[in-house]
Amino acid sequence: MCKNKLSDQKFMELDDFIKTQEGINGSLISVLHKAQELFGYLPKEVQLHVSRKLKIPAAKVNGVVTFYSYFTEKPKGEHVINVCMGTACFVRGAEELLKTIERKLNITAGQTTPDGKYSIDALRCVGACGLAPVVIVDGKVFGRVKKTEINKILESYK
Amino acid sequence: MLKINSLEELLKRKDQIQNESLSTSNTIKINIGMATCGIAAGAKDTYDFLAEEIKRRGIQNVNLTKSGCMGSCFVEPTVEVTFPNQDPIIYGNATSDSANEIIEALLKNKAEGDPSNLKTKSHGVCRCESMPFLKKQTKIALKNCGVIDPENIDEYIAVNGYQALGLAVSNMTPKDVIDTMKKSGLRGRGGGGFPTGLKWEFASRSVSDTKYIICNADEGDPGAFMDRSILEGDPHSVLEAMALAGFAIGANYGYIYIRAEYPLAVERLQIAIQQATDSGLLGDHILGSDFHFHIDIRYGAGAFVCGEETALINSIEGNRGEPYNKPPFPAEKGLWEKPTSVNNVETLANIPQIVLKGGEWFSQTGTEKSKGTKVFALAGKVENVGLVEVPMGTSLREIIYDIGGGIKDGKQFKAVQTGGPSGGCIPVKNLDTPIDYDSLSSIGSMMGSGGMIVMDEDDCMVNVAKFYLEFSMDESCGKCTSCRVGNKRLYETLNKIVSGRGTMEDVQKLKDLGSIIKDTALCGLGQTSPNPVLSTINHFYDEYVAHVVDKKCPAGVCTSLIRYEINDKCVGCTACSRVCPVNCIEGSVKAMHNIIEEQCIKCGACYSTCKFSAIEKI
Repeated sequence: MCKNKLSDQKFMELDDFIKTQEGINGSLISVLHKAQELFGYLPKEVQLHVSRKLKIPAAKVNGVVTFYSYFTEKPKGEHVINVCMGTACFVRGAEELLKTIERKLNITAGQTTPDGKYSIDALRCVGACGLAPVVIVDGKVFGRVKKTEINKILESYK
Repeated sequence: MLKINSLEELLKRKDQIQNESLSTSNTIKINIGMATCGIAAGAKDTYDFLAEEIKRRGIQNVNLTKSGCMGSCFVEPTVEVTFPNQDPIIYGNATSDSANEIIEALLKNKAEGDPSNLKTKSHGVCRCESMPFLKKQTKIALKNCGVIDPENIDEYIAVNGYQALGLAVSNMTPKDVIDTMKKSGLRGRGGGGFPTGLKWEFASRSVSDTKYIICNADEGDPGAFMDRSILEGDPHSVLEAMALAGFAIGANYGYIYIRAEYPLAVERLQIAIQQATDSGLLGDHILGSDFHFHIDIRYGAGAFVCGEETALINSIEGNRGEPYNKPPFPAEKGLWEKPTSVNNVETLANIPQIVLKGGEWFSQTGTEKSKGTKVFALAGKVENVGLVEVPMGTSLREIIYDIGGGIKDGKQFKAVQTGGPSGGCIPVKNLDTPIDYDSLSSIGSMMGSGGMIVMDEDDCMVNVAKFYLEFSMDESCGKCTSCRVGNKRLYETLNKIVSGRGTMEDVQKLKDLGSIIKDTALCGLGQTSPNPVLSTINHFYDEYVAHVVDKKCPAGVCTSLIRYEINDKCVGCTACSRVCPVNCIEGSVKAMHNIIEEQCIKCGACYSTCKFSAIEKI
């Protein structure tokens, strides 16, 4: 009940944003950005809602959502662990870091743990190559990460 | 903010700002590099620490400011201190824990001791103004990065900002601006290398009531971050250049298409656009003239292919970012079917200075066919990781050894990769190649956006090729078959080789398929995606043979081709068996241990834990 109410409010917020985009050509991607910011992900209901509001076929909305890697149709975990897989991080051992985290949480990149606690994502370059390899947890950047430090980092996000 | 209504008023404003800073010439200026990388390294904490200490100790006459990236990523956070009438001193590794030295210098009103050598002082704060990393560079595009406060338009105006635009709208014709650009010889810095002046001329000739300028800030090349640095450190130069481009081709609207992964750059751009509009430097009747120019920001959503101009245009229109066939070129039919000129961030950052100082000035730097400078994001296994701006024609050796300080941990250089997923790996024999667009193409790589990743003896070139192919395969938009299917086949074949199942026919297949993809793909992504494979086969054929024939990975990277063994140096400390995630190391305390190979997952945990070099990678 409470959850539904919250969603209603978010839908209203989204509608308010859509109103500000009236008359702007090609606003679909901006609207989807806003929707993902509000809901955390873009489930079918949200995509259909956007489609009706913008009068764009649902197939096109879904086409755009699935084209861009930034948009996700699945909810993320409570803590999102991003391992940068840019080249600089890659040559400084990011692959090993990712494998270690995957083994530790028993999921692979792109998945969420069954308890909804953690998600792992392999990220494209974040441009902090001077700190390679880089792991980002909930937006906090950890630089020059060593394999042996993974446990400590994960434990601070329980 | 006061509106500036003419070039004269702009110049007056500049004098005023400069006089104000002269009147405070007895203050100590402290400038902290606060771009994304600096903040990640702790620059915000340093800023807060210094602000608090200065207040607590009552140090007078200090002006604490923040700027963008100074480029010395390897010693972030960086703090620049300028004592009255002295040259600036740059402190590296200035974290909040080690910034006390700066406070002490402030108290004594001078810095003590010699500027230290970075290698001997990698911990704690260090002074690095005399190091070759900074001395060997020539800065044009990065001129203001790390110098001015990006969130204060006055600081940009003080360094002749918006003067080029003022000059253009009051004293020049659009043709004059295009001629200056043509004379300068500036070529697109996003990778294509197309002459900017020509690009503008084509767009200016297209007849239309509406035209557009697009700034391509979709910096997706993994390992390149110069565009982010420019936008975070000097956003006004990009805005000014877009307005100049608009004036030259007759466009009144501009879009900045930027990655959603760059929140700080977006924030600083928004501030800059607001300040420029309030000051009458963007919007209607710029500097009292009849020229109008409006800029809007559009966000990318994580698709590498959107760096390709036609895909980018599709994305701004709110569609899937798929490229389309050229012609028609964007200069004739681009955004919403109107003539459009798409320019990269670094290209734009050069332009205000070219218009101000003239095309000849710019063309004095560089080589015959590539003028000016190029910014490289130097990263990987070098000592000094950072943003480096050098004249075209500088050799790879100078960049890697003189500026980059050589290979990390004294290892052996193996290759340098330029151009990201579109480029190739360059071996040691080509290190003296002077860098420009054409010389890099001739050795099987390309300029690309300027990523430069150095690799050492521990990197497996087959695995590196696989890494890039995985990237291109993921990022292929799927529109044309050769890229969608071809890259997947290349990736599968490479996977077969690194897991020890490859044959020499597979290597030949990689070469054949790679050249077919290059010839037949629709856009720049597909046409260049086989480059990492082809260049590694060309320059590191031995490594492919080792993987295929000897079933060995010379660098010891490909897990299927290595195994771990315990030798007689083992003292039986049990450290390895305790870290083994699959419990496949047997042996009792003080007795030699043994790895059960069938169960080993080759994670290497034992190898990095053993303190007695008793575990060997074979």
